[in-house]
Amino acid sequence: MAAERRKAPRPGLVLDVDRATPPILFHHGEGFRLERLPAGRSRIIYPAEPLAGLRDPAASIREALLNPLDSDPLPALLRPGMKLTIAFDDVSLPLPPMRRPDIRQRVIEEVLDMAAAAGVDDVHLIAALALHRRMTDDELRHALGDRIFDAFAPQGALYNHDAEDPDGMVELGCTKHDELVTMNRRAAESDLLVYVNINLVSMDGGWKSTATGLADYRSLRHHHNVHTMQNSRSFMDRPNSELHNSNWRQGEIIKASGPRIFQIETTVNNNTFGYDGAMSVLQKREWEWSARDRGTYLAMQTGLKAMPASARRSVFNRWLAPYEMTSVQAGAVEPVHESTTANVLAQHLVAVQGQTDVLTMGLPYICPYNVNSVMNPILVMCLGLGYFFNLYRGKPLVRAGGVVIMSHPTRREFHPVHHPSYIDFFEQVLADTTDPAELEAKYEAQFAEEEWYIHLYRNSYAYHGVHPFYMWYWGAHALQYLGRVIVVGGDPAAVRRMGFQPASTLSDALEMASDVVGPAPTITHIHNPPILMADVE
Amino acid sequence: MIEAPPLEHPLVNGFTNAQTELPKGSYEPSACERTGTNPVIVESLAGKRIAITGATGFLGTALTERLLRCVPDCELVLMVRPGRRGAAARVQREVLRNDAFDRLRKQFADQTSGESFDEMTARRVTAIAGDVSVDGLGADSEAVAKLAGCDVVIHSAATVNFDSALDDAVEVNLLGPSRLCKLLDEAGSNCHLIAVSTCYVAGSRRGAAKEELVDDSPFFTDVDWRDEVASARQARRDAEQSSRSPERLADLSVQARRELGAAGIPAISEKVESLRRRWVNEQLTKAGRARAASLGFPDAYAFTKALGERALTETRGGIAMSIVRPSIIESALSEPFPGWIRGFRMAEPVIAAYARGLLKEFPGVPEGIIDVIPVDLVVATVLAVAARGPGTLSISGHSSPDSPPADSPIKDPPPTDPPSADSGPEDSRPEVVQIASGAVNPLKYGQLFDLVSGWFTEHPVYDEHNQPISVPRWSFPGRGRVARQLQRAQRSLEAADRVLSALPLRGRQALVSASLEERRQQLERANDYVNLYGAYAECEAIYQLDRLKELWSSLNEADQAAFCFDPAVIDWNHYVQQIHLPSMVQQARLKMVPTSSPNRISRSGRLRSQVLSPQRHLAVFDLENTLIASNVVASYAWLATRELDDVDRLRFVTRTLSEAPRLLALDRRDRSDFLRYFYRRFEGAKKHQIEADCTEMLSDLLLRKSFPQGIRRVREHRRAGHTTLLITGALDFVIEPLRPLFDEIISARMGCRDGAYDGRLTQVPPTGEARYQILVDFAQQHDLDLRESVAYADSTSDLPMLEAVGFPVAVNPETKLATLARRRGWLIEHWSTSTGAPSKLLPLAPRNRSGVRRLAGVSR
Repeated sequence: MAAERRKAPRPGLVLDVDRATPPILFHHGEGFRLERLPAGRSRIIYPAEPLAGLRDPAASIREALLNPLDSDPLPALLRPGMKLTIAFDDVSLPLPPMRRPDIRQRVIEEVLDMAAAAGVDDVHLIAALALHRRMTDDELRHALGDRIFDAFAPQGALYNHDAEDPDGMVELGCTKHDELVTMNRRAAESDLLVYVNINLVSMDGGWKSTATGLADYRSLRHHHNVHTMQNSRSFMDRPNSELHNSNWRQGEIIKASGPRIFQIETTVNNNTFGYDGAMSVLQKREWEWSARDRGTYLAMQTGLKAMPASARRSVFNRWLAPYEMTSVQAGAVEPVHESTTANVLAQHLVAVQGQTDVLTMGLPYICPYNVNSVMNPILVMCLGLGYFFNLYRGKPLVRAGGVVIMSHPTRREFHPVHHPSYIDFFEQVLADTTDPAELEAKYEAQFAEEEWYIHLYRNSYAYHGVHPFYMWYWGAHALQYLGRVIVVGGDPAAVRRMGFQPASTLSDALEMASDVVGPAPTITHIHNPPILMADVE
Repeated sequence: MIEAPPLEHPLVNGFTNAQTELPKGSYEPSACERTGTNPVIVESLAGKRIAITGATGFLGTALTERLLRCVPDCELVLMVRPGRRGAAARVQREVLRNDAFDRLRKQFADQTSGESFDEMTARRVTAIAGDVSVDGLGADSEAVAKLAGCDVVIHSAATVNFDSALDDAVEVNLLGPSRLCKLLDEAGSNCHLIAVSTCYVAGSRRGAAKEELVDDSPFFTDVDWRDEVASARQARRDAEQSSRSPERLADLSVQARRELGAAGIPAISEKVESLRRRWVNEQLTKAGRARAASLGFPDAYAFTKALGERALTETRGGIAMSIVRPSIIESALSEPFPGWIRGFRMAEPVIAAYARGLLKEFPGVPEGIIDVIPVDLVVATVLAVAARGPGTLSISGHSSPDSPPADSPIKDPPPTDPPSADSGPEDSRPEVVQIASGAVNPLKYGQLFDLVSGWFTEHPVYDEHNQPISVPRWSFPGRGRVARQLQRAQRSLEAADRVLSALPLRGRQALVSASLEERRQQLERANDYVNLYGAYAECEAIYQLDRLKELWSSLNEADQAAFCFDPAVIDWNHYVQQIHLPSMVQQARLKMVPTSSPNRISRSGRLRSQVLSPQRHLAVFDLENTLIASNVVASYAWLATRELDDVDRLRFVTRTLSEAPRLLALDRRDRSDFLRYFYRRFEGAKKHQIEADCTEMLSDLLLRKSFPQGIRRVREHRRAGHTTLLITGALDFVIEPLRPLFDEIISARMGCRDGAYDGRLTQVPPTGEARYQILVDFAQQHDLDLRESVAYADSTSDLPMLEAVGFPVAVNPETKLATLARRRGWLIEHWSTSTGAPSKLLPLAPRNRSGVRRLAGVSR
């Protein structure tokens, strides 16, 4: 059965809930909830089943490098004595981290083979992490493989981008909108910059790879702000995204005065939890659960409940997704990204008729910013109101003034090494205001320029001081658009601090929602992950 | 047993039918006085100069106010101890600014023309410096002349501290009056001296206590007051001597160490000295109580006052005088306003302790009389006596209509001459006027209890959790039983306290222990009350008021209205519940309303904003357990295991754990020695490797163990423009990654030779009092004011540093510091580590497998 599925994956689906619909699985941090949705007025959007992966990834990669879009083949761009820099996506992609070999390892090994063949010996590898935390040695080793790590890291040729290195950044110019473009000095001064991407969602890739990944705060602030986010409908849909427009304008400057860029983009399928094994139940539709699936789910729930939170977290953090590569394209940034986006949407897009009064979502344990870490309340907000809310094309899934109900424990827990500025943002900034524009005006510069955060970003493994603000901006459009946000099962104090309402059960939350949207509202549940993107008509 | 006199005691009628019941041959007021509109008292005191000693006291303030307000034409000479500010300033600050004068101030403010309150007092009030506890009162000739020129001198200075040291009480209460009298006599004064004494000079006994001199009483055991003076002074010398014995000093220093921990030698010695002084005073208090009890007095106050009267009558020379004896003076019935009170007096601490639920029992007999008299009645009595002049009352103490109870031992009364106009003071005995309530309008102890308990049931005090405290019912057991109960409770708390302080508690748990300590002190105080006041509660003497009655009947209606001292006018229910208790709870600052309104800024919030105010100069931080829950052993273990394989790791852990008890003991004994000893282990460590590893350790150990609130606080100080300083015994290279957080770091430094550490510290490690000195030097060098500075620390070993600054903050304090911080009202912060990172059982480093050494920026 599973093998057949793999050959003929079913597309995404909108299920109207009736009395026969079984309870629906909600992700709930490092755990799950089974919830019954009201019959007759609820619907569930299921993601498409995983598309088939490439049969021979290595061959496909070589094929893409040798036959790029709008570019000479990679070997033609390589020559002895040149400066070659390979930049790659950081630990935030893919989610959860994938099993070895990671796509970056596969692609970069091919690139390095070609470079070696061409006699290139000045090669640097840079994790293009913008203002994210530095990747640890173990994480770099996982993403690139032992061979690359051992060959480059001890020589100091494999490292993390440092946006706060006073000597490590160059200014490339300004866009016509007066947006400064900065870039990592080594990348900018290279004869060729190869960028290796993993395009998990349609927001990733394109000019965002280089214009964001290798830039610094002075450049990022032009698109990572409240104005852009409130004017992106949505930031997952590039043509309607102000975030991308700005990145693309910066891309023009990079094209004109930056290094030559050879972009390699890849896509993965929806095989987040595998076809078999305990986690595979998360990838199945509830009414199709077998007795074994039910048993697995029950066992998993019982086991998780018995564990302390830290043990539960480490169980989930150990999960590596068996993602398969579905496409690889290389060459000039724009045509490559067009093709990539089409491939991403082929996996994610689900057609949905009309908007809903209440949108429900079960938030999982992971988001781009807490890999090997803990999901703090600000990341909960970002994942729900930033990512999940914006996974639409056309119109938002929920109507203006509607209600979003998120399910997540939302504990007041922060990773002291990874998220130091988040702690202060939560305790200091959110205690004062939750209004994105207000906190941007009042506090952003203070956090961005704080010497201590910069020190930790550079020397420890901390997200930049300004990063929690970006998280809040990510949800700025939702905050402006929604009538109410309710968090089911969250820590009440933490939820209230963020300006949301806590509810202990989904039915309580639905009752609270009816104060805003009226009695018997329509409800839509977005059954994510695996990832789906609603194409709302 | 003698029952309290019934309400229809003849004296009650004596007051109410003053004119008809006057005894024969008594003072007959003139027709003018009886019918005139002006009170006689005002007229006779008009134009007089009146001196008051003890004007800063409860009665003294009330007298001053009443005279200024009701006798417009008199002048006042107030004798006060000069203090640091001088007599005039003290009178201004401590007398005239008291709320007693609000009424008079308002009268002056309301009148549109004429002089102001300040002008009036400047014209009428003269302050002179004098101290009744030294011979000659320490007064200069000018002051003596002013005093001697007065027509009336009211001596109300006394030490009313019921637990004051014996020799203090002797100097002030026993010798004070005769010193004053001698001075007046020598200066040739013609004044009328009114000495304020106490009814309790009659001693602890039952039955009628007459208005007679103490030695006239058949119950008085006569002792030579001069011997008592000498022996009290000797007792002080003995106690001082014995407090310096090696055994005593050793005891005290153990006690100081228990209280302060390893606070350093200067802090401990200061504590020992203050404990020694306290011990001496305790000995003298005990001695006073014992001597008083042996002579049948409730306490040293009554005892010294009694002998004071003896000394005064013996040594008064040519000074005419009267003695006024009030019972327990309490808040005003109506003048200057109902409920006016100054200071926390006798009954208040007991009532407050009861309202807080502390006194589960109190000794006393419910049928017994608690003799309380409002202060304005006492004032009126004193003024009436002053107006009337000395020796003018007909009733002598011995010709009282009340004869002593038949079953009591009776001495033959010594013969006395009736007072006559021409008999000089020397050959007449001074007259005594008592002002008390027990004889005419008794307040029963049980009744008082019901009133107090009823009122607090209706108006409960709230505890720190905003829960109303329900007041206990007393069963009035004997004094011994109550004391035993309290002592039992105290002992069990002491035991709990000892156990808790031996445990390594921090933060909130330590506060539990600190609150136990507080509770223990409260109990100790309650126990003191029982010891001190229990004797009063059990005192069943009835103070006779014959002269008072005569004095009352000599007044005309206007006088009686303006200067009422008739105890029968007191409606006890109204007085206790409407006047005294509302005023008392305000005075005692009892929490009468729950404080949970969301807008209220908490005390900690207020302290926090003070600490972060831009006016502060410097913020100094300790590191271990103040900003980071880690220590030098942890960082050593981390660095040492960084390059070890699994087998060596295990070996290392076993060895370190087996050493732990010895290391801990050494650390507790002397931190500097411990650090020197421990740091030897770094000998031979390669400098470059340690540097690289320390950068990793920031993430893997220090930040994980850090208190984010603490780190934020450092930066808040910096943002507020304060200099931030870290003083720590940790090694410089360990805390190097924290450098960007502070303006300055002062830490232990290790010598280095040929690229490797030599394991020896280059200077004394900054711990204990060394820290204090470093802080003082730093402030001086940078021109910073320590009074405007903030210090954060977690243990009493940092006490010298905390005490050096104006704004000390105890962070997650251990028990001893928690107790101290609470008592001194310091800001206490509870900072915790962030729970988001997986916790490590042991501070071991992840093994360095990368073969990569990278510091920021090095890679390019």
